[in-house]
Amino acid sequence: MHADPKGVMTGVHFIDGDHAACEGALAAGCRFVAGYPITPSTEVVERFAARIPEVGGCFIQMEDEIASSIAILGGAWAGKKVMTVTSGPGLSLMMEHVGYAAITETPCVFVDVQRGGPSTGLPTLPAQADMMQVRWGSHGDYMPIALSPSSPQECFDLMIRAFNLAELYRVPVFFMMDEVVGHMTERVVIPEASEIEVVERRLTAKRPGEYKVYGTDGSLVPEMTKAGDGHRIHVTGLTHDERGYPAMNAMAQDKLVRRLLAKINAHADQLVDVQTDGVEGADIVVVSFGITSRVATAAVDAARAQGYKVGHLRLIVCWPFPAKLFAELAGQVKAFVVPEINMGQMVLEVERAVAGRARVVSVPHPGGTVHEPAVITQAIVEAGR
Amino acid sequence: MSSEWTNAELIQQYGIENPVMPYLRQDRLPHIWCPGCGIGTTVNCFTRALSESKLNLDEVVIVSGIGCTGRVAGYMNLDSFHTTHGRAIPFATGLKLANPKLKVVVYSGDGDLSAIGGNHLVHAARRNMDLMVVCVNNFTYGMTGGQVAPTTPLGPTQTTMPYGNFETPFNLPFLADACGAVYVARWTIYHVRQLAKAMKEGLEKKGFVFIEAMSPCPTLYSRRNRLGDGVDQVKYYKERSIIRNGADTKEVGLSFQGEIVVGKFVDRERPTWLESMNEHLGRVLGDKFTPYGV
Amino acid sequence: MSDQEGARKGKGGTVFVRVEVCKGCSFCIDFCPTHCLEFSHGYNKKGYHYPVLTRPEDCTGCDMCGQYCPDFAIFGVRLKDLEARQRAATPEPLIPSQP
Ligand code: SF4
Ligand code: SF4
Ligand code: SF4
Repeated sequence: MHADPKGVMTGVHFIDGDHAACEGALAAGCRFVAGYPITPSTEVVERFAARIPEVGGCFIQMEDEIASSIAILGGAWAGKKVMTVTSGPGLSLMMEHVGYAAITETPCVFVDVQRGGPSTGLPTLPAQADMMQVRWGSHGDYMPIALSPSSPQECFDLMIRAFNLAELYRVPVFFMMDEVVGHMTERVVIPEASEIEVVERRLTAKRPGEYKVYGTDGSLVPEMTKAGDGHRIHVTGLTHDERGYPAMNAMAQDKLVRRLLAKINAHADQLVDVQTDGVEGADIVVVSFGITSRVATAAVDAARAQGYKVGHLRLIVCWPFPAKLFAELAGQVKAFVVPEINMGQMVLEVERAVAGRARVVSVPHPGGTVHEPAVITQAIVEAGR
Repeated sequence: MSSEWTNAELIQQYGIENPVMPYLRQDRLPHIWCPGCGIGTTVNCFTRALSESKLNLDEVVIVSGIGCTGRVAGYMNLDSFHTTHGRAIPFATGLKLANPKLKVVVYSGDGDLSAIGGNHLVHAARRNMDLMVVCVNNFTYGMTGGQVAPTTPLGPTQTTMPYGNFETPFNLPFLADACGAVYVARWTIYHVRQLAKAMKEGLEKKGFVFIEAMSPCPTLYSRRNRLGDGVDQVKYYKERSIIRNGADTKEVGLSFQGEIVVGKFVDRERPTWLESMNEHLGRVLGDKFTPYGV
Repeated sequence: MSDQEGARKGKGGTVFVRVEVCKGCSFCIDFCPTHCLEFSHGYNKKGYHYPVLTRPEDCTGCDMCGQYCPDFAIFGVRLKDLEARQRAATPEPLIPSQP
């Protein structure tokens, strides 16, 4: 399917990441947003509120993040593509509904423009410290998808993918921006609607009575319906059977939770996306994501100028983590250097995948600004010794 | 036919059935509620209201939160959503705004709607979100074992108020009224006909409707406070209720085993959130505006 | 249909009780406007007394009992409605006739 031209602002724009993310959502077909103001993410919903009356859709500023995060789930079950937008403190409040979206398999996009924490922390300054929260923040076992854009152009491009993945897998998809990417203004090219591929919701063709709301017919992702279509569905956050009825026993739990994880894990190879530069034959590979990858590029260049064989691997999709790729690289590379604007989160995944077969060097940063490239260069040099 | 007939057998033999049955997911019965619990009685009233309202049931959606009353959604043969604790109203708001054709009913308990969900209740009323909220008020938290609720009157004992409640309760109709609800009523499960009628009016009303349905929780409220069984509580409703339609909601607060003012307190007109949005944006943006959901 | 009801053809009403679903709350008995129901002497399998139509001549088929019953175990029907809908077969009574 091509994008609906009504939502696509084709042209060359000079806008920041927050605005580009909003345009990406509109192009992807998002027509219902509920949000609550929080720095540094608010520009996304402000733009949506301004644009949606012309495009045709609905925006509501709810009374808090808890309300926003479940209003969008109601919106999804009424048939719309939906998004909410927040930053760390708001994301903490939304966690219960991340779990509700996971267990009810509601397609939705959570945009997190990360700032320094914990708590109110640094409202106007960057961090990348919510990476583990989106993976593990809601209680129970589930597997989300998380994308990490590193430029305003990617805020547009990847946002379309975020919506497409939400529809394909019926999971909450996290769009992990940070304050710098959100507020950085660059050239953003928005193509013609006919050049934008969007995934529409897979609505069942089954008639009422034949359709089971969580019947999978052997696949891992059930077909969806929407309220008002006559299927008389029941949806609950309790562990449920294929009819959506509560089934509170170990067998039903086993079946449901395993499928919720499997629908992402079994497709991990298709889902993972990395950008590599000179990884082949490198001694050291710098692993980065989001804004840090742009700083790391400078650090890699500096180390290469000093004669080190350094590769650069950027995670575009952070969750699911490309563990298989790292396991393969571990046999070829001496060390991984992992800079990130947190005190060491994604580095734990790298360590787990590498499993001691190469050195893993964390380059943590508590947030408030980005790394000095020289600090990363220094870490590369030390890892190369 | 013996006395252990099923609904299907009854239809086959007599061509009739309990009028509640077509509205229930019969494959989920019997329900979980205790003997003498009034929630099932409110469900009877709701089904009578649905049948009177002549709405297309495919377009009626019911949303519940968590708790004993939170299980209502799961028993209704409608599109039904059992959401998280306290969040039925914002979920329902999302449903309604994403598809304005739907008639969205929130059906939940007093603790769910007025404690953890209190913020959503006041804002949905303020916005005049087009939802009908049925609040089954049994003065306590049933599912978690009888803790104090924002509706517990002064005096009675609750597991977390072991020496009697000393917190001032909400007067829910006053709260809903003050926040801007366009229809506010209170009935008890003794008043089955009036409650059914209020629900029917609520289903037909545009805007934020708040119906308080007082209902006994014999298991955790009545017995703990030596008030007898469910039926004793309903007898109390019968004896101490005064019907006062149009009463000033300020005056309808409840006290422990005291007088209960019931009736339709508020019935007024005010544009809904969506009507206001369409009207306002249409005026400000003119032709550039794409009217929504009309 | 019992003989008694047959004799009152067209007038009044009767009730249908799912004895095993009843939880003995007595809402139907206490709030029947004509007081025509009483508890059974015996118990159902769950151990509850259940309602019995002991004064069928007083039953109007108003279905207040049905509106009150929180367990959907009883409902009332007007005989004329019942007759209108009833199929050819004349089944045995559904309601235990003695308490
Ligand atoms: S605990 Fe109370 S409210 Fe819950 S089902 Fe039992 S009687 Fe009803
Ligand atoms: S139908 Fe009416 S009169 Fe007959 S038993 Fe029921 S409540 Fe009483
Ligand atoms: S109201 Fe229902 S559950 Fe209660 S005694 Fe009568 S038939 Fe039994």
